[in-house]
Amino acid sequence: MGKVLMKGNEAIGEAAIRAGCLNYFAYPITPQSEVAEYLSRRMPEVGGMFLQGESEVAVAYMLFGASACGERVFTTSSSPGISLMSEGISYVAGAQCPVVFVNIIRGGPGLGGILPSQGDYFQATKGGGHGDYRLLVMAPASVQETVEMVMMAFPLAEKYRNPVMILGDGLIGQMMEPVEFPDHLRTEPTNKDDWATNGMDTRKDNKQNLVKSLYLDPTQLNDHNLLLKAKYERMKQEDVRYEPYNTDTDYKVLIISYGTMSRVCRTAIDNLKAEGLEVGMIRPQTLFPFPEKAIHDAAIKESCKAVISIEMSMGQMVEDVERCVQGKRPVEWYGKCGGDVPTPEEIMDVVRNWKLET
Amino acid sequence: MQREVMFAGFGGQGILLSGKILAHAALEEGFEVAWIPSYGPEMRGGTAYCTVVISDKSIGSPIIKNPLHLVAMNRPSLEKFAPVVKPNGIILLNSSLIPIRSGRDDVDELVVPVADIAIELGSIKASNIVALAAFVARSKIVDFELLKEAVKEEFAKKPKLIPLEMEAMERGRKAAQG
Repeated sequence: MGKVLMKGNEAIGEAAIRAGCLNYFAYPITPQSEVAEYLSRRMPEVGGMFLQGESEVAVAYMLFGASACGERVFTTSSSPGISLMSEGISYVAGAQCPVVFVNIIRGGPGLGGILPSQGDYFQATKGGGHGDYRLLVMAPASVQETVEMVMMAFPLAEKYRNPVMILGDGLIGQMMEPVEFPDHLRTEPTNKDDWATNGMDTRKDNKQNLVKSLYLDPTQLNDHNLLLKAKYERMKQEDVRYEPYNTDTDYKVLIISYGTMSRVCRTAIDNLKAEGLEVGMIRPQTLFPFPEKAIHDAAIKESCKAVISIEMSMGQMVEDVERCVQGKRPVEWYGKCGGDVPTPEEIMDVVRNWKLET
Repeated sequence: MQREVMFAGFGGQGILLSGKILAHAALEEGFEVAWIPSYGPEMRGGTAYCTVVISDKSIGSPIIKNPLHLVAMNRPSLEKFAPVVKPNGIILLNSSLIPIRSGRDDVDELVVPVADIAIELGSIKASNIVALAAFVARSKIVDFELLKEAVKEEFAKKPKLIPLEMEAMERGRKAAQG
């Protein structure tokens, strides 16, 4: 199959099918309703299940149920919808179910707007629901990368028995770009016999599986949390992803940016380079686990005078960047909300101003 | 080199489709492309626009404040976007619906009675293809034959319309030369 022109939202649907996920439960919300539109047509073609729930709250528990039975399952939504699902996400994480969630972020808080935003960084990486849990969070910057990350999300969710979230913004969902899919559906079995309540018929031993998040005994609950923590630590060791840009130069400023915002920054960096000012960038592809060491090491390069976190939010990721830089360089934030995506020219001004001040 | 084309008009004029066909042809020619729609609380009869970015290298910012070219299908679009077009770009305006001009003397202004041509051909719905063909013939932004193929592919499920659309392509091309 060659390259085809596809909207991000439709590509998400197709990528999930190619990843061997034949269950999609969702409730429509702008700017990602095209995923549901696409899969309502496509799932029946491949013998899969398309289900529109009565609400996002219900959808989250449908996902929980299907996943507990060992089915590969996913959903897509946008910010307010993810808020509604967050209680269920906490249960899914607590019960260690490998569900994939896609959040095509729109502006908030509250009903907010429907244009691109990155205002759900905290919600995705720090919680959203209650209790000590983490999602493995990936942030694509193009339609092709969205496809790759959706396809990666299912095996990663199963590797850790943990929910994975793809965090995109409205532009990623709405934009059309050329994409290429692998030809074949992923067909290898999951590790579900080890943990899922998928019936005793196929099981060789007589081991009974129990999927739950309730542990009334304090020692048991502490042990359960330690087990979860060990998974999150393992993610930090094995599944940090990021992309450096222009970091083989003696850059004066280091930008940290992800998703659509990072593409705007890339154009700004190219233009500044033509003017004679070198700027580097680390683009986190996983937001949890965060590329802590890469950002720290890039920040303390001798030529680097400042680090700027550029986000379509009011300064969320910058808190993680500060943590990584450990006070060794000044860390600044620049961003905008509500769908007014900063332009390359604005980013260039922000960087130039820094150079003047230092 | 990167070039950007903005298509703008009323919802229902085939604005998003024109952009998609151009993006498709550019992809076939081997370029990197991105098609970025305006999306918002839009409705039929409201304004619609999209931007197509065509480049020989990986596309950075999908946010385009100043496109190189503009295809304006109605007056509000021309008034809104003509001032932001880059110097030396093309502004195609649909003079069937737009009684004014862009007021820019640093661009190539291409005045085409797009809707009148389409009505002559038998369907006002072909307006977007007339405009697209005229724009591509003038700008040579993609190969005209590849554009024809992209149009045929787009209408593959409605083969009865293909002769009309091919006629629209030719009339658009002539209008750009005239």
